[in-house]
Amino acid sequence: MKHTLAVLVENHPGVLSRVSGLFARRGYNITSLVVSETEDSSISRMTIVVDGDERIIEQVTKQLNKLIDVIKVNDVTNEDTVNRQLLLVRVNADNSAKGEIAQLMDIFRARIVDIGRKSLIVEATGDEEKIQAIIRSLQPFGIQEIVKAGIISMVRGPK
Amino acid sequence: MHINGAQILVKALEDQGVEIIFGYPGGAVLEIFDALRESSICQILVRHEQGGAHAASGYARALGKTGVCVATSGPGATNLVTGIATAYMDSVPLVVITGQVPKAMVGTDAFQEVDITGIASPITKYSYLVQDVKDLSRIVAEAFYIAESGRPGPVLIDIPRDVSLAMEYYKPCEKVDIRSYKPNLKGHPTMIKNAIRLLSEADSPVICTGGGVINAGASLEVKKLVEITGAKVVSTLMGLGSFPGNDPAFLGMLGTYGNHAANMAVQNCDYFLALGMRFDDRVVGNPEKFAPKAKIIHIDIDPAEICKNVSVDVPIVGDLKNILKEMIQHLSEGTSKPRSINYPHHNVKIEEGLNVPWVLRSLKRLAPQDLIITTDVGQHQMWTVQHYPFNRPRTLISSGGLGTMGYGIPAALGAQLAQPDKTVVVITGDGSFQMGMPELGTIAELDLPIKIIIFNNQVLGMVRQLQHHYCGKRYAGVNFKKTLDFMYLAKAYGAEGFRIENAQEVPEVLKEALGNNKFTIIECPINPEDLVSPIVLAGDGLEKMFIFPG
Ligand SMILES: Cc1ncc(C[n+]2csc(CCOP(=O)(O)OP(=O)(O)O)c2C)c(N)n1
Repeated sequence: MKHTLAVLVENHPGVLSRVSGLFARRGYNITSLVVSETEDSSISRMTIVVDGDERIIEQVTKQLNKLIDVIKVNDVTNEDTVNRQLLLVRVNADNSAKGEIAQLMDIFRARIVDIGRKSLIVEATGDEEKIQAIIRSLQPFGIQEIVKAGIISMVRGPK
Repeated sequence: MHINGAQILVKALEDQGVEIIFGYPGGAVLEIFDALRESSICQILVRHEQGGAHAASGYARALGKTGVCVATSGPGATNLVTGIATAYMDSVPLVVITGQVPKAMVGTDAFQEVDITGIASPITKYSYLVQDVKDLSRIVAEAFYIAESGRPGPVLIDIPRDVSLAMEYYKPCEKVDIRSYKPNLKGHPTMIKNAIRLLSEADSPVICTGGGVINAGASLEVKKLVEITGAKVVSTLMGLGSFPGNDPAFLGMLGTYGNHAANMAVQNCDYFLALGMRFDDRVVGNPEKFAPKAKIIHIDIDPAEICKNVSVDVPIVGDLKNILKEMIQHLSEGTSKPRSINYPHHNVKIEEGLNVPWVLRSLKRLAPQDLIITTDVGQHQMWTVQHYPFNRPRTLISSGGLGTMGYGIPAALGAQLAQPDKTVVVITGDGSFQMGMPELGTIAELDLPIKIIIFNNQVLGMVRQLQHHYCGKRYAGVNFKKTLDFMYLAKAYGAEGFRIENAQEVPEVLKEALGNNKFTIIECPINPEDLVSPIVLAGDGLEKMFIFPG
C-alpha cells in the first residue's frame, strides 16, 4: 500500500542525497518525492510517497528518523489531508478537437495554458484520482507528453 | 588571536580530551599535521590509512573513548573506507578527519579529489563537509557528541585545504544542541512493566548480551539481574566479556557458529531478553525459526533495530543501564522464582595437539585475567569466541558485523596504546595476518609488546570450510602454495619470533612470550582440514547444529 510521509528536515546541502541514498540502499520504493522550503527557511519539507507493507513503512520511518538531519517524520496516510498534484499534458488537438477538449477540461476545472497549431497544453491540479481521470479523458485524443509533479499533502485543520 | 583552521581543529580536538590521533599525511592535510606538531595530542604515524582507522577503533573499544584518525584527500580518504565501515557495523565511536581539495576546486575532479562524504554516507552516523572555518569548532564538538551518544558510530569531518588555511579566532563550542538529534534514553514505563511481568512468569528465561551492554557499561546490572532471576546467559560475539565467561550461568556464544548449549537454551527458552543486540543473521540463523517458544523482549538504544530482523513481543528503546536498573528495582520485590532449563546439549571435546582450541586453552591458563585479545576473521576467530572465556568487558576486540580481515593487528596497536599496562594478544590466521601486516612497522617503531599468534594452516581456512559444506569439497582460491618464513619476517621487524613445532612446546612458548615484554610473533602450524564445529548451515534454525569430529 502507498503511504505518504511528511518529513521535516534541516535545510542543509546534501540532505536530499542522504534521504534518497537511504531509500536506494535499503531497497525502498519511492513513488514520488517533493522537497521545498517551509515557512521557516532553515527547514525543508519532503513529501514522500512510498510503496510497501506495514513492516517496510515502519522500517522506512525509523531509518528516516535515524538520519541526523531529519527533524520529524509523520505518516499522514490515514490522516484527513488535502493532497495535490500538478499535471501538464500536451495533447493532440486539431481545430475540431480543440473545442471538445476545452469543454471536457471545464468539467475538471483544468485549464488550457498553451495552444499550438495541432496541440494544446492542459494544466490541472488535484488529488491523484482526479489527475488520473483527466489523463484518461485525454487519451482518446492522443497524448504526446505528460509532466507531473510529486504529490504534496497538508493535514486539514480541526473543524 | 587569529589562528588557522587546522590549529582551530587541533585546539577543538584537545578540548574534547583527545590524546592520540592515528594518521597518515598528504598534501590536503599538511596544515593539520603542522598544527599537531605543537599539540599535546600524540600523533601516531601508521603505515596504511585503513590501519589508522582500525587502530582508532581498537583504541576506542579497549578504552571506551572515541578514537580519532586523520588522512589526506583522495586515496587517503578511500583507504579509510573499510575501517569506517568496520566501526559502523560494530557501533564504535570514531571521529574521522579527512583533508579535501580547496572549496573552489571541489567538483572539478581535481588531483586527489574524491567525494568522501558521499562515499561514506552509508557507513557513517553523520558526515560534515566543512564550508566555513567559523563552523569548525562547533562541528568538532557535534561530531564527538554524535559519535558517542545514542548508538555510537563513526562521524566524518572533511576539511577543504582552504578551510585549514583560513584565519579565525578559536571560540570553544560551549554546548551542543542538535534539534534533529535527541537520542531517547528513558525506556517506556509500560513496556518495562510488561518485560518484568513476563519475566516473573517465565520458567526458562535466557538473557542475551550484545555489544550494547559494553557500550552502555551495564555489566554489573546484567550480573545483578541474573542473580535475582536465575536466568541463563548467552552472548553475541560483540557482547562477549560483558558477562563473565566463567560464570555457571553463562552458556556461551549464540549463533550459527555458536556454542551448542547456548543455541539449545535459546531454542527451548520461554523468555528471551535481548540486550543491546541487533539480531544479525549470524546470531539468529533462520529468523523464522528463532526462539520459537519464547516471548522476545528487546532493549536497544536504536529504535530502528526493533523488529528489523525478528519481530518482538516487548520493545523497549532507551539506555540499557537505566532500564536494567529499573527492572532490577522492581524484581527485587520478590517476583522471582527458581528456574530450570532442560535441554540436551553436546560439549565439544578438545583434543590435545596443535589445534586452535587447545592452544587457546593453554593461553587461558597462562594469561592474566585482563588480557586483551584482538582477532582477525576466519576459523581462528570462531574458535576464539567459542572457546576462550572472556570474563571482562573490552577484553575481546574483533570485527563482528563486517567481518574484516586485517583488523586484528591494527586494532591491537590501538588497544595497546589505550591500555599500556595490559597484555594484548592478536589471534590471527596466515591469510588475515598478511592483510594486517603494514602495521607491524608501526608496532615495531613504537616498541609495543604485542603478541601475535599466527595459526598457519596455509589456507584461507574459513572459506575452505564453506567450500567443504556448500561446494561439495571443491576448493578454489584458498590454498597458499608458497610457504612463507614468518620467522624472517619477525626478524625484519625486530620482533621476537617463535615457531611452534609440537604440542609440548606450546605452554613454554606462550609463557615466554607473555613474560618477555617484547613485540613477539608466534607461528603455530595447524591442520588445514580442521573444521569449526558445531555450526548451523544457511537456512536452518539454531537448534540444527552440525557437529564434526575432531
Ligand atoms: C577483507 C576480507 N576479505 C575477504 C573475506 C572473506 N573471508 C572470510 S574468512 C576468510 C579466510 C581467512 O583466512 P585466515 O585469516 O588464514 O584464517 P583461517 O580461516 O584460516 O583461520 C576469508 C577470505 C573477509 N572476511 N574479509
